[in-house]
Order: sequence, then C-alpha cells, then structure tokens
Amino acid sequence: MTTVETGRVTTGAPPSGAVGASARRPDGGPKVRGEFSFSGDLWSDGMVWGATLRSPHASARIRAIDVSAALAIPGVITVVTADDVPGSKFYGLEHRDQPVFAWELVRYAGEPVAAVAADHPETARRALAAIEVDYELTEPVLDPEVALAGEPLHPDGNVFRELWVRKGDPDVRGEFVVEGTYELGMQDQAFMGPEAGLASPADDGGIDLVVSTQWLHNDRDQIAECLALAPEKVRLTLGGVGGAFGAREDVSLQIHASLLASVTGRPVKMVYSREESFLGHVHRHPGRLWMRHSADRDGKIVSYEARIVLDGGAYRSSSYHVVANAACFSAGPYNTPNAVVVGFGVRTNNPPCGAMRGFGAVQVCFAHEAQMDRLADAIGMDRIELRILNAMAPGDTLLTGQIITGALPVADVIRATAALPMPPAASSDPMARPGGAGRTTDATDVVRATGFAVGFKNLMYAEGYDDDSHAACRIEGGVVTITCAAAEVGQGFVTLCQQFGREILGVDDVVVAPADTSIGSAGSTSASRQTMMSGGAVEKACRLVRAQIVEQVAASSGADPDHLAFAEGRVVSVEGPVAVAVDLAELTAEHPYEAMARHQHRTTYPLDADGQGDAHVSMACAAHRAVVDVDPELGLVRVVQLATAQDVGKVLNPTAALGQIEGGIAQGVGLATMEEIILVDGKPRNPSFTDYLIPTALDMPEVAVEWIEVPEPDAPFGAKGIGEPPVISSTPAVVAAIRAATGRPLVRVPVRPTDIVGLTS
Amino acid sequence: MDVTLPTTVDEAVSARADAPDAVLLAGGTDLMVAVNAGWLNPTAVIALRSVAELGQWRVDGDQLVVGAGVTYERMLREGLAASSPGLADAARTVGSPQIRSAGTIGGNLGTASPAGDTLPVLVALGAMVELAGPDGRRSLPMQEFTTGPKRTALAPGEMITAVRVPVASGPQQYRKVGVRNAMVIAVASVAVVLDGDRRSVGVGLGSVGPVPLAAPEAAVFAADAVDWSAGGPVLHEVDAAVRFGELVAAASSPIDDHRSSAAYRRLAIGVLAERCLRTACAPAVGEDAA
Ligand SMILES: Cc1cc2nc3c(=O)[nH]c(=O)nc-3n(C[C@H](O)[C@H](O)[C@H](O)COP(=O)(O)OP(=O)(O)OC[C@H]3O[C@@H](n4cnc5c(N)ncnc54)[C@H](O)[C@@H]3O)c2cc1C
Repeated sequence: MTTVETGRVTTGAPPSGAVGASARRPDGGPKVRGEFSFSGDLWSDGMVWGATLRSPHASARIRAIDVSAALAIPGVITVVTADDVPGSKFYGLEHRDQPVFAWELVRYAGEPVAAVAADHPETARRALAAIEVDYELTEPVLDPEVALAGEPLHPDGNVFRELWVRKGDPDVRGEFVVEGTYELGMQDQAFMGPEAGLASPADDGGIDLVVSTQWLHNDRDQIAECLALAPEKVRLTLGGVGGAFGAREDVSLQIHASLLASVTGRPVKMVYSREESFLGHVHRHPGRLWMRHSADRDGKIVSYEARIVLDGGAYRSSSYHVVANAACFSAGPYNTPNAVVVGFGVRTNNPPCGAMRGFGAVQVCFAHEAQMDRLADAIGMDRIELRILNAMAPGDTLLTGQIITGALPVADVIRATAALPMPPAASSDPMARPGGAGRTTDATDVVRATGFAVGFKNLMYAEGYDDDSHAACRIEGGVVTITCAAAEVGQGFVTLCQQFGREILGVDDVVVAPADTSIGSAGSTSASRQTMMSGGAVEKACRLVRAQIVEQVAASSGADPDHLAFAEGRVVSVEGPVAVAVDLAELTAEHPYEAMARHQHRTTYPLDADGQGDAHVSMACAAHRAVVDVDPELGLVRVVQLATAQDVGKVLNPTAALGQIEGGIAQGVGLATMEEIILVDGKPRNPSFTDYLIPTALDMPEVAVEWIEVPEPDAPFGAKGIGEPPVISSTPAVVAAIRAATGRPLVRVPVRPTDIVGLTS
Repeated sequence: MDVTLPTTVDEAVSARADAPDAVLLAGGTDLMVAVNAGWLNPTAVIALRSVAELGQWRVDGDQLVVGAGVTYERMLREGLAASSPGLADAARTVGSPQIRSAGTIGGNLGTASPAGDTLPVLVALGAMVELAGPDGRRSLPMQEFTTGPKRTALAPGEMITAVRVPVASGPQQYRKVGVRNAMVIAVASVAVVLDGDRRSVGVGLGSVGPVPLAAPEAAVFAADAVDWSAGGPVLHEVDAAVRFGELVAAASSPIDDHRSSAAYRRLAIGVLAERCLRTACAPAVGEDAA
C-alpha cells in the first residue's frame, strides 16, 4: 500500500514534537520491537488462571448446573456461577440487562454460564469441560422482524428502541422517486490483542484490576455493583491494549476475573483465545434498511422515508444509542426538508451487538449512498453533482431540526475528493489484480470502475448525556507529567498529550502517567471523542499550569505577563523592556506546579416524540472515491485506490491522522468485500482469523488523502475527532465501484464472489 | 512432553516405533495451530528439521525428487522452480512469508486437507509419494495417498520422505480462488500441467471434493486439443479452452460450506481451468507466461 498525501498540512513547520508535527508515539518503538507489554502479558506471583464456560446454544432453559466433577479435578481452585455473584447479578454498558452468569435462560450462543480458577490454563480448560449443564433447548428467535412481533425474550421486551424522526411535511413528493432495501452482515472489530486482564485481591477487601478496556470508570462501576463493593474499592489500571474499535466498551472478563480473585483470594489472570474473543465481545449491528427518496427535476431532495431495523442480539449494550445515530444521520449529509424515519433496535437470540467504529452511521451510509446514486441516475444527473447540490453546510438543519453551528464542509470534501489524482493504469503484476496471490486473473479478465460516497456522523455523546473528562498536569524539574484516565487503545492519545504539553509549556520532556481510576473519569475512548474531550481537559490543565508559571515569572521579573513565551525549556520575554530567560527545569526543581482540569462540551438535549431536538454536539464528514478492479467472471475484487478528503478541523499529527484514515479504510474495505460473522442457528460459524477474513496488505488499496482544515469552535486547537469518518463512506464507495464494474444491484455487504457472479440464492 | 530430534529417516522411523503416540513435527504451521486451539494434545513430538534427507531435492534423470522437509520458500527459488513451475506457482499462493518459510510439502501432504495448495499440482503431475516405515520404504501414487478429508493411506508408524514428479517439459499452471487476495484457504483451485515429452495433460482440482481430484476426461480432451508440434503447445481451436473448463467443472464434486457454495466452486473451477489452458497454450507474452 502506498499513500499519496496531497493535503496542505499546516503553515510553517511546527517544532518536531509539538502540535501539528508528526510527533513519534511513545509506544511506537516498543510495539515495533515486540517489547510492548500487552495485557495478555500480565503476570503476578502466585496467580491462577480464570476461564469462562459459555453456552453452546442460542436459546435454552438451564435445568441444572453441576460443578462437582470440575471441582474434583486437582488444581481447580474454585468454580463460580450466578449463585456466587454477591451483588447485582446483571451488568450492561448503559442498562443492566445482561446476567453476569446465566442461570435460568441462555439467550445467545456464547453466553457465560460459569467461570473457573485453576493453577494452569490447561487445568482450567479441563474443568470447563467437566461442568455439567443440563440445557433444555428452546427455539431461538433469529430474525429481528419475528422478534419485533413475537413473545418477549427478556423481561425488558424485544425492542431496545423504536425511534421516529419526523421533519417537515410527510406527504410531499418530488417528481423522481427511488427506493431500495439494503442489508449488512455482522462485522467484527477484529482487534489483534484478545481480551485479557489480571485481577488481584487487595488488603482492604477491594480489587485491583489491570485490563484492556475503553473506559476504566464505567467498568469499575459495573464491577463494584456486581461484587457489592464501594466503587473506590475497585481500582482499575489500563493494561496494554491491542486495538478496540468499540469492542472493549462493554465489560467482557472484568467482572468474572474480579469475582474469581475475590473468591480465591489470589491474583487471577484471564486471557481469551481468539475464538472466545469472537464470542466474548459485541459486534457491529447487522441491519436491514428500506429507504425511499424523492427529488425534483433539478436534483433537490424533496422527501425521504426510511425504516431501519438493527439486530441488537440478546442484550442491550449500546443498541439504544446506535439506533439514534442510525436514525438521525440516515439521510446522509444532505439537506432533506421532509422526512419520516423509524429506527428499531431489536432483541434476538443472536450474539449481542453494540459499539463499533462508525456506530450506526456505517449501516445507514451504505444505504443512503446507494440511494443517491439511484436518484442521480433516475434524474439523469451526475452523481457527484447531485451530492454537491444537496450538501449540508453550517446553518442548515439535520433531520432532528438541529441547526448545524460548527464546521461541516460537505461540499468541500466532495470536491476535494473528486479532484484527487486517479491511480495509475492497471499494473502488469498479476499479484496486483483481483485474486492477488492466487493469480486467478489475467489482464484481459479485469474491468476497472469507480464509485463515490459521502458520509457524516456526530462526534461525542448525545441526547443530553452529561459528558466530561478530567486531566492533571504537573511540571517538576522541567519534566511535564500528564495524568488522564483516557484509554489509549492504539489511536495515539498518549502522543497527543505529549504534543499538547510541549506546545503549551515549551518543554520536550512530557511523560504520560498510566491511565487508572485514581483520577476522575475521562469517559470512553469512543464516539471520536477523546481528542476533543480528554484533549480538551489536558489542554486546560496545561494552560492552568502555564498561567501559574506566567504569574510567578511576571511577579518576580516585573515583566508584562503578555510578553512571556514558553520555548525550548525556558520562559522568555518576546517583547517589552524586561529581559526574561527563566529555565523551567530550575524554576520547577524545588517547587512543582500542578493543576487539574475538567472539560465538558456544550449541553445537548433529548429527542422528542418526533425525534426533534438539539441532541448532538459536533459533526464531521468525509468523502471517498474508490477505484476497483473486478474480475466479473470469478466475482473477485481488488480495490486499487481510495481517495478521501476529510473534515478534520485541524491536523494535530499528520502521521497519526493518516493512520486513522488508512485504518478506517481497511475496515471499510473489509466490510465491503469480506468481513462477516456467519451465523448458523445463531452460532458464529467462523470465530477465527482463518475464516473471519480481514484485509491483508494485498487487499489494502493505495490511499490518497486531502485534509480539509476548518477549525471547530470549542475544540482543542480547532481539531475534530477523526477516527470514524474513514470507515463510514469507504464501504459504500467500494460497493458503488463494484456495481459500476458489474452492473449488478449489490444491495448487501459484504459483497461476496457469489453475489458478483449472480449465484446468490 | 518428550521431543526427539532424529537426524536420519531410519532414526525417525525407529523413534516412532518407540513412541507410537508421538506426532511428527515439520514446520509446525498446521500442527501448532491444532495444539494452540486445544484440538491436539501431544505427549511426544518427533521433530523432523534435522533429518538431512528430508530437506533435500534433486533431479534424477527426468524425475524431480522433492524431500518432505522442503519449504514453500525453497520451492519458489530458481532451481526447484524451474524444474517444477507448477509447485512454485502453488507455493507462491500459500500463506504469508512466515508460513512459506516454515511450512513444508511433507506437512501439506501430512495434513491432507482438500484445500492443501500443493496437492492438486501433485495430482496433475501424477506424483508418487515416497514413504518410509517399520516395514521399509514404498511409494504410492498421489491419488491413492489421500483417502478422505484429512485422511491418508499412511500406515501406522509410516512417514513421508519425498514426492517424485516428472521434471517439467511444458507449461504448468496453478490458480487458486479465495475470498481475499492473500493468506486465504482455497475455495477452489486448479493445476494444469502440459507435458511436452509425453504429449499429455494433467489436471488436479483442490477444494472441490473430499480429496484433491483428477479430471481424466478433461485431461484427455485437452491433450487432443493441443497441437504439440508447434514451438510450444498451442490449441487447435481457441474455444477448446472453454470446453475444457466445462469438463473440469463436471469432474468436480464440491459442497456448500461457510466459505462458499457448491455452485460457485463449480463455476470457479471451470473458469480457472479454462484460463490455465488458455494461458498455457498462449504464445508467451510478458509476465503472464507461466
Ligand atoms: C497462517 C497460515 C496460513 C496458511 N496458508 C496456507 C495456504 O495458503 N495453503 C496451504 O495449503 N496451507 C496453508 N496453511 C497450512 C500449512 O501451512 C500447510 O499445510 C503446510 O504445508 C504444513 O506444513 P508444516 O511443515 O508446517 O507441517 P506441520 O504443521 O509440521 O505438520 C502438519 C501435519 O503433517 C504431519 N507431518 C509433517 N511432516 C510429515 C512427514 N514427513 N510424514 C508424515 N507426516 C508428516 C504432521 O504430523 C502433522 O499432522 C497455512 C497455515 C497457517 C498457520
């Protein structure tokens, strides 16, 4: 894969480690050298191994659980079931509807039923096999449409959310009408580092847990509730995280490991195998979406209707808010004066679905972008022109009636994407063709085509959630230490902390303390929010420390505070009569300066019965143009190039920003062409990297990027979160290109070879 | 766990006689997956890396003998690739550089997956699989060696020492369809071997039956359709490649599974076969020549 970067990055080169520079990740070297300690590497003297017994059935009644044979195995220390959970027997990210261990009913294949602690992972494995669970199988409900109308699968019912969004006049129609039904399979986050953690009993009766997660404090609260402990007795520290993408927002082994540590009085380590990882975390919601658009002769959208059904699986996780995003952003970043939308999140006996990068916007973008192409074709208009004509801009209103106040340069990202250079003509290397290393395809078998798509999404939480983040900054001996509980999951927040410290305090040495629950919550590493929320808190804390130092130096030197600048480890006067050159290392050697800050975004409000309200904070958009080579006879695809212009506010670190864009595109290409958890009777059929395929280097296209830098108000240095837009419109762009190459409707992703050759039943 | 490190085939055979439950370890790229997944719990291992004979290949007259311990990476290198471009083509499609450096042809045969990439080539070449066991050495035709999915004709205590194939005397092609562009298990694969010396064609099919299949009718058809007298093989009629593809598809007996459908596999195997013959019989053009 190569990357063509044509964008203007910043004006004037920033100092190497400061804001705007491609500062190096502090964890980059260790990760590349294989020295980074992931949570799977955790170790403690005297530790034992935990393992989870999971239901093999998607739906069953539990008649009895007999653990006696397991307990009799030498080396087995304990076996716990629901009976052993001292506090709440339920947990859940937003709503506690999921049993820590199932006891009466199992509602999905993979649901935890018991856990063991043993002296060796192999002993633990044997113990699991020795637990006898007497299941009475019941018919699973696997179709969300059936579940919507059927008997409740849970006391909370089968509808996680039914959200109507009504805007304008429901009855007007334009002259040109297009409609379609679109489907998405179940995508997995497929992070590399499986779930892992080490729970240790503490002297005060509490638990110390080191774990891979996206949100330490939310985990802490759920563990405390289930273990009947005060929250401060549960202390979490972030372990080395090998990717997240939403799959670590929900608790996986946290409660089980903590419970086992508390029961055994010993440190307990748990690490999921790859198969268990697929069973043990939520996935992206599969969906079925119907949409109908109408437009007038000029191409202006007149009306829009949609029915969105997302399969949330057995428990709620974040389904409630995924439905909101799906419904609110379902028309795409296009002015849509009249709309009636209903979104459903439905409980079934499929595996639970929740957060994944793009969070509801991915599903709807696949559908609305197919609709835009159909609409343009129906009118006989250029597909890109239609998008520009309808593009939203600040001052326009969302489907929810909210007026866009921040930056949202939709037309700019479309134009800039369309203007990026096209890839070179087909390569003569057979490996570069569809089929890749399989060398299936000769040059004459290839058809090249292009597709285009645009997407957008909100940044940060919504609907009145009182979101905040805390951070502390301290400078001592000229070394700055930043403390924040934000989970570094690979996105580069630690690099950003260093850059902010360097930029604001003018020193090179910025240390990021381990993330733990000793400080206030930083919220989740999700919703493209950490740069803005925790970055905002870090920026504030650094500025508070800077203000203290300015005050001190001004007082002692008599210089005007406004004349002081921080650079190269010193406070210097840049103008005025008083010459100042204070060495920060000396100034702070005896007397450290420190400050704590809390950052909140502006207030949002719930949606009303018509889905109207100022529910969202900021928006970000991107466009993608995909060039694909297709072998129509075999149904094989090689994505040649993805060009994208993205609304980023400001590029804080070009290398890190590019990483987000390339990584998001990889996941988007994956959803378009191969990634799907295949369910048979509700059971994942391919829980391994042998069969759950994600793109390799040979599947990854060349990426051409243009940054669109329109500063976002109230954001640190004007920067927006950038993690999600790359994954939203890349998928529909690739599918549009495959449609163009084959002439087939291709209304479902991933697009399989059988779909392209027309063999799908 | 006991680990034995024999240096000769005889030592390996007697080590097995001493420990009948021991598993043979070559590159470990299949075996370790099974161990890590908990499907296999070996108590004793006989590691074959130090058995010099297994790591060698040689040309024996018009025959090529490839030791069981030869890795994919070596099959891609010049001498071996020139003697067997079909095996090199198959090796190139296997896994990643790491897998190609560790994985061996003997391990591919030992696993005997219907999707093993060298197997269709060995079928097309009419390979003999050379074995050593407590009762001495013997060899078996490739098609008798595989008896079912992941099942072989190896007798208890027997091991693979080498495969014996004709040195290439004409174009050889291997093509493999998977659901991504690298690191993928074959959904369908075809080997087509044109033997100029014998004026015959060999065909081997992967992932479209319980074992790698031959397609004898298609092979005879192709041999007749080829004009061997010209500079290289050419087709009397270009359309013969299409008919060949149809005959190959007819020889397949694929199933539906989570990786693909029987109908797609049948279609793909026909298209691949057609392209193999078309290209093998095309005047050499640039990189596409086999
Ligand atoms: C990531 C990955 C990708 C892969 N991709 C491919 C692919 O694209 N195509 C493909 O075909 N395979 C693939 N494989 C499977 C594997 O690499 C091959 O089957 C390889 O040839 C196995 O060889 P090995 O030397 O590693 O065998 P091992 O794992 O050491 O052994 C495999 C089996 O053969 C037995 N065995 C080994 N040597 C002998 C012998 N001399 N006599 C008798 N039995 C023996 C062993 O006991 C064992 O049962 C992949 C594997 C992985 C992990």
